[in-house]
Amino acid sequence: MRMHRRTLLALAVFTGLTAPSMALAADDTIKIGLLATFEGPFTVLGEDGERGAMTAVAEMNGTVAGKKVEIVKGSSDASPDSAVRAARKLVEQDGVKVLVGPLSGDEGIAVKDYAKTQPNVTFINGTSAAQDTTLRDPAENFFRFSTDGAQWMAGLGTYAFNDKGYKKVATVAEDYSFPYTQVFGFMAEFCKAGGHVPSKSWVPIGNKDFSSVIAAIPEDVDAIYVALGGADAVNFLTQYQQGGGSAPLIGGSITVDQTVLTSKGKLRDVLKGTPSAGPTADTNDAPAWKTFVEAYKKQPGAFPSPSLFAHGYYVDMKATLLGLDQVGGDVSDGGKKLRDALSKLSFDTPTGKVSLDKNRNAIADIFLTEVTEGADGNLMNKLVKVVPQVNQTLGIPEDEFMKLGAVNRDNPSCP
Amino acid sequence: MSLATTANVTPQQNWLERLGAGHIILAIALVLYPLVASDFFLTQIGGYSLIFGMLGLSLMLLAGYGGMVSLAQITVAGIAAYAIAILGNNNSNILGFGWPWWLAVPFAVLAAALASALIGWISVRTEGIYTIMITLAIATATYYFAQQNYAIFNGHSGYTGIRAPAFWGIGWRDARPFYYLCLGLAVLSYAAVLYGSRSTFGMTLQAIRDNPRRMRALGYHVTAHKVFAWLLAGVIAGLAGVLLVWFNGRVSPGTIGVDAAIDVLIIAVIGGLRHPIGPFLGAVVVVLMQTFAIDIVGAERFNTLIGMVFLVIVFVSPDGILGLWGRIKPHLAQESLRPGQ
Repeated sequence: MRMHRRTLLALAVFTGLTAPSMALAADDTIKIGLLATFEGPFTVLGEDGERGAMTAVAEMNGTVAGKKVEIVKGSSDASPDSAVRAARKLVEQDGVKVLVGPLSGDEGIAVKDYAKTQPNVTFINGTSAAQDTTLRDPAENFFRFSTDGAQWMAGLGTYAFNDKGYKKVATVAEDYSFPYTQVFGFMAEFCKAGGHVPSKSWVPIGNKDFSSVIAAIPEDVDAIYVALGGADAVNFLTQYQQGGGSAPLIGGSITVDQTVLTSKGKLRDVLKGTPSAGPTADTNDAPAWKTFVEAYKKQPGAFPSPSLFAHGYYVDMKATLLGLDQVGGDVSDGGKKLRDALSKLSFDTPTGKVSLDKNRNAIADIFLTEVTEGADGNLMNKLVKVVPQVNQTLGIPEDEFMKLGAVNRDNPSCP
Repeated sequence: MSLATTANVTPQQNWLERLGAGHIILAIALVLYPLVASDFFLTQIGGYSLIFGMLGLSLMLLAGYGGMVSLAQITVAGIAAYAIAILGNNNSNILGFGWPWWLAVPFAVLAAALASALIGWISVRTEGIYTIMITLAIATATYYFAQQNYAIFNGHSGYTGIRAPAFWGIGWRDARPFYYLCLGLAVLSYAAVLYGSRSTFGMTLQAIRDNPRRMRALGYHVTAHKVFAWLLAGVIAGLAGVLLVWFNGRVSPGTIGVDAAIDVLIIAVIGGLRHPIGPFLGAVVVVLMQTFAIDIVGAERFNTLIGMVFLVIVFVSPDGILGLWGRIKPHLAQESLRPGQ
């Protein structure tokens, strides 16, 4: 038998490949999957999301209903394919029964579709904020305690029209489901108040040269609504300013966050006074928020103020732990009890009360903000007003809201 | 001629011998693999490795036998994947002609093969690093085009809800059937490449790789041979693309991005370009690493670990895992000759 050794080696390799799932969780631990973007363009955001989630775990001292919480992490690169692959690994290989994530809009829609094939696993959103993750064709076992991108815009359209007096606004946003949702949320109010949006520009993520976009913005607009994230926002704003543009800005939820506000140069002057809205505000005085900021800062590598990703993951992880606590950490029935508990759950977050609607999407407070210079010279989002308990249909009756149609690049429209 | 006559005398034995003990053991192990593997290991590791192995194989065919390193293999696969989404059914409410699978699949593979031949026709005028550059340019351009075109590619979100067919009472996306489907097509491609490499065409291609000028002087049409190799590679990549879209149930520009293109190159290089088995070995290693590295070192640094492992493999053996095997093999053979073993 000449092949003797080789045979053994081949066998060894294959037994290695077939190692059955060793995911036999001990009785005194609960495994929770944590899916975030630990690679790709949103790595920084994903890491902050993890800090938020871990803040919630630390708050419960790492235990729930007397059982130890074990966090199993999965990484995606913000593409839907990678999110589903990571979710599959956590569910099918690591055997988690509860999964918190993902972070980005299109990922959320893809994971929701996957959730339908795993009815015994409970999925709780991270910060993905596309409207159709929960509004149309929702999954029974997908919960979102963080709000969606249209809800985040609550109050901004009316504020821009009434208080700022903008009648005509052009929009510039990235070309995928989350910015569509943000533009929708802004325009729903702005158009209703009587405003007009003559031009909408959609740019690919990671765009560098915005000159053609800037050239396409009409001369006579009163302001520009910008829903771009991170480097895209900085690139656009810098080029717009260098190109001699002077129209005031209105910001999307992730456009005027700390990643952009901390950038140097003349950009700062442009940003001052920019109104925006979102699930958090830097100058929130509520004691619960301050406690949360202190707890968050104990996480390694924390920012001076938690980003909305840290906030979203915190809220969703906290809800998960509270739900698990109510059912005594028991998910042996395929998570049915847990899902019942989660549907009825209502609790106080650092940003106010959160409860779920019938599609398992959050109803929560939204913060209208304006960029100001703080005492230490840093730019920050000053709280202007709290819009209480915004639901997914933005206060519009549901059948009327559904008639507005699905969010996409052409809808809504009021030129 | 003499070979053929002996084959007629004892055909069966000769078949087995020609197949080789290694192949038989491998085949048995792969066929029996579902008996021991969980569903996750069957599809997410097994099926996925076979799909990327096929993609690596199509690159190995071009690079190993033709000396043309291409970064556009994932693009070719993507064309087949998009074709399946457009010709068949999807739930993105765009296009979706609803063709049955037996019509859509041949068309998708044909489209991929033709696209591959076209890419080949453009790039055969270049050599070495310039081929890499031009195929990278094509891959990147296709990615951005798919990202921004809404009429055909449906932009950033791409197509979702693409289902593998169900016939003969079998749902072909279920774990076991899908694994066997991948295995069947992978074995077919592997055997075809192995056979092709020993055929007249394969020999000619390798000769062109080694000395195109002499082959041209001998009267061979160098460009035609190279373009035909691209067409064949396109068929394999197209089949892989069909499997990939059934595996994911969706296709978006992210599927055919530059990251994926580089993954295919890594798979081929890690595995080794000298033999068609190389890309499959490489695919298993890469898929296992990408799936489980996060469990070993945590979420912050797992890509560093993946990179280090690849670096070590290429450092220890410039020929990839195949080269490593080639070095260990003589030692093993010697040991097994000892009496009593």
